[in-house]
Amino acid sequence: MKAAPWVERLGYAILVVAGLVAPFVVYPVFAMNVLCFALFASAFNLLLGYTGLLSFGHAAYLGAAGYVTGYACKAWGWPPLFGIALGTLVATALGYIIGSLAIRRSGIYFAMITMSFAQLIFFLAVQFPWTGGEDGLQGVPRGTLFGLVDLSRNLPLYYFVYAVFLFGFAVIHRTIHSPFGHVLRSIRENEARALSLGYDVARYKLLAFVLSAALSGLAGATKSLVFQLASLTDVHWHMSGQVVLMTLLGGMGTVLGPSVGALLVVALQNELASLGSWVPVITGAIFVVCVLAFRRGIVGEVQALVKRSF
Amino acid sequence: MRTLALLLCIAASAAAAEKESKISDGVVKIGVLTDMSGYYSDIAGSGSVTAAKMAVEDFGGKMLGKPIEIISADHQNKADIASNTARKWFDEEKVDAIADLVSSSTAGAVMPVAAEKKRITLLSGPATTAFTGEKCTAYNVHYTYDNWALANGTGREVVRQGGDSWFFVTADYIFGKSLEEDTSKVVKAAGGKVLGAARHPSPGTTDFSSFLLQAQASGAKIIGLANAGLDTVSCIKQAKEFNITPKQSLAGLLVFISDVHALGLDVAKGMYLTTAFYWDLNDETRKWSKRFFERQGKMPTMVQAGVYSEIRHYLEAIKAAGTDDADAVMAKMKATPVNDFFAKNGRIGPDGLHRHEMYLAQVKSPEESKHPWDYYKILKTIPAAEAFPTVEQQNCPLVKK
Amino acid sequence: MKALFGQLLLGLINGSFYALLSLGLSIIFGLLNVINFAHGALYMLGAFAAYVGLVQLGIGYWPALVLSPLVVGVLGLLIEVLLLRRLYGLDPLYGLLLTFGLTLVLEGAFQQLFGVSGNPYPMPAQLSGGADVRFMFLPWYRGWAVVVSLLVCFASWWVIERTRLGSYLRAGTENPRLLQAFGVNVPLMFTLTYAYGVALAAFAGVMAAPIYQVSPSMGSNLIMVVFAVVVIGGMGSIAGSIITGVGLGLVEGMTKYFYPEFASTVVFIIMAIVLLVRPAGLFGRER
Repeated sequence: MKAAPWVERLGYAILVVAGLVAPFVVYPVFAMNVLCFALFASAFNLLLGYTGLLSFGHAAYLGAAGYVTGYACKAWGWPPLFGIALGTLVATALGYIIGSLAIRRSGIYFAMITMSFAQLIFFLAVQFPWTGGEDGLQGVPRGTLFGLVDLSRNLPLYYFVYAVFLFGFAVIHRTIHSPFGHVLRSIRENEARALSLGYDVARYKLLAFVLSAALSGLAGATKSLVFQLASLTDVHWHMSGQVVLMTLLGGMGTVLGPSVGALLVVALQNELASLGSWVPVITGAIFVVCVLAFRRGIVGEVQALVKRSF
Repeated sequence: MRTLALLLCIAASAAAAEKESKISDGVVKIGVLTDMSGYYSDIAGSGSVTAAKMAVEDFGGKMLGKPIEIISADHQNKADIASNTARKWFDEEKVDAIADLVSSSTAGAVMPVAAEKKRITLLSGPATTAFTGEKCTAYNVHYTYDNWALANGTGREVVRQGGDSWFFVTADYIFGKSLEEDTSKVVKAAGGKVLGAARHPSPGTTDFSSFLLQAQASGAKIIGLANAGLDTVSCIKQAKEFNITPKQSLAGLLVFISDVHALGLDVAKGMYLTTAFYWDLNDETRKWSKRFFERQGKMPTMVQAGVYSEIRHYLEAIKAAGTDDADAVMAKMKATPVNDFFAKNGRIGPDGLHRHEMYLAQVKSPEESKHPWDYYKILKTIPAAEAFPTVEQQNCPLVKK
Repeated sequence: MKALFGQLLLGLINGSFYALLSLGLSIIFGLLNVINFAHGALYMLGAFAAYVGLVQLGIGYWPALVLSPLVVGVLGLLIEVLLLRRLYGLDPLYGLLLTFGLTLVLEGAFQQLFGVSGNPYPMPAQLSGGADVRFMFLPWYRGWAVVVSLLVCFASWWVIERTRLGSYLRAGTENPRLLQAFGVNVPLMFTLTYAYGVALAAFAGVMAAPIYQVSPSMGSNLIMVVFAVVVIGGMGSIAGSIITGVGLGLVEGMTKYFYPEFASTVVFIIMAIVLLVRPAGLFGRER
């Protein structure tokens, strides 16, 4: 199943170096956006790629954490680290509540239930007075890190976001390669067998769900600091669909796939922004092509190629 | 003596350096950030871009020997897209000022970004009064109209005509809520009552029947529409469908000429509205509007006319200041009165609010309308001092008391 | 009290649209095991087919009521034959993802062609005006929309539950292979079922056109609620989806009277409660 270890290691090395020099090559805000989405998609992949559960409502965790972090930093004047921690915590709690209801059903029902709950969160975000409704939560201060590093400048903020990303990525990497991760994969392959082997499948699924929601929240919390804004876009179902696309395009069930997918999708949207409504058309078309002919995704295909050649 | 000469030398070279860099990046770049395809695209949209281009052409296309450039983008009425675009424009495209910003949520998202980066926002489309009040920034001009002006113009007049009990149908975001709040104050001050409000999500609501039924149940004489664009148009139509309108009257608090055009005079006739601009006011407005019509195929809304005027004023200020440095230009813009077809002796206050005359109008009936786009009867010219709040009333934290 | 009845009536109107859409979704899911995410987009397409027919070709409301579902139904045929068919036998999630992609394409394309803001569709002259029904003024058209939608729902239920054709359909839901062995052309049945479900959506779109504006986003506003309806009702039961649709419309209407701020969330809160008590939905079976 796995590519040769040296290929993987080389991949990581390239990734780390690319991340370090990125802000000098591209517009730092763009790079930060990519990192946030890469983390979001990787967290999502933990559920779809490694546990075989398609959540169609992951925007809820991204968006909710963004709002909470934004509010804590803006209204209560919390420093960014605490704000992010609180946002992540709220996403974790949400993940626990929704997850424990959703995992009672599987497959397509699971997808619809998560989607409907995300819609509930969306409406709450519209309704609550403190979220600012259609206006979103604007002017979130970026603050300073430990009272020392001024994050309002793009470069220091970039390295902060990069650190957050690496932390999240490491957690995911560790999870996937732990015994816990192996159990998740066995659930994906054959749930009945995992159950008959004595694994408490429901608990494993819930744990994976909560972890995925928490890391999605981390991504959303960070994103709200980068853009100094939490808005309805981040809780909308388009966002839930977008993260599926990133994961699918990059290759679900691969470690690096979601990040590659996130890079491509964000870059595409950035390049095509002037085309307005053609962006969803193109994204949708990519979706269709991926589903029909390209289900392994880019990294999946490359891995298959490498495996065949060596 | 030698020290003096040296000082003079330094001063001279500093002045020379100053002269070299007076136009940053060698170009004056104005971004028109507006709704190109959505709910407010008829009010602002491509018409705002056209107006901006006309302003640059009429100015001569060059600023102190450097080119003037207009770029534009669609913010789709989303706060996040607006602030991301603005950030990118400032960081990467070296945009000096952003104009229009129709819809309050986008303006509210861009203003703090601009202020942080010392670039200028020239608001024409949005209405929220707080943009020159508690949310004011040092680099913002709110040019065309605001909720306070609308509420005072229309609200006071309707109460005077006997419409003394109100129910609001309100777009549920900053603009709608603040319009409702401002109008409620005016209604109460004039001796009227406010019976309640129904808030609808916006944009996105297409069926207003349940909100209108709430308004009907309240028994209010006047249903105040604290929304804009397509929302207002749908409300007016559906009120007719449910037989609400003859018994209760609608007061459109923000109605544009494009809305009247879409509704048709038969549906819209008799409605009061407050506007900053009407194409058929005098020879000057007719002359400019006809030029606009030739390019756009529609008569200008007050937002589009405002975009032209604010950009002209901005360019004149750069010329007068001899630099595009935001602080100097802001000072010049505030010091110079506006005198063109749009505004007579308009003044931009220290809070950034452009105070000028407004007009109370009534929509003509089909019989009264003599030629295409002949839609409004101007009932009253509201002098600037009455039309807009005073600097003290605005309570902008930047203005020292 | 008057206002409550008024809101309930409006709720009934919304509910009958929910019922039409969730019925189509249920039929498609029952046989094809595909969640048709594009259902909302096809509903929008139905409305646009009527609108374009009127503006470009002068086809009025009454012919559009038949023609537009036909046109969209044919499109459904193509979608099933060219795209969906390739995914049978794979994880059913791919069907959801494919139709999600289609939704983005359709909505984006129509946004590009017609703009975001709605296009007005005139009410048919025969149905303009209305009557005072004591507690409210009922526009004729809205009354007509409720009656016709419910009739179509009931007719579909009758065909599926009470006729021979319906029995094949139900058999196909249980065991398509066995049905094939009995000599029924199952792939064709799949295609026609998808086309029919989609045509129902388009029909709802034409019905909705004079009430709401015809706009590219009209489907996505509605579809999320319809999905919640389907989750609450439980998939697979035809009668269940109709009853749940109408019932939730009424509940929404009631909420709009008692606590309007709550109206858009109430369906989702009911969903959470139902899921706690009956994970398979009100009328669904555990599978």
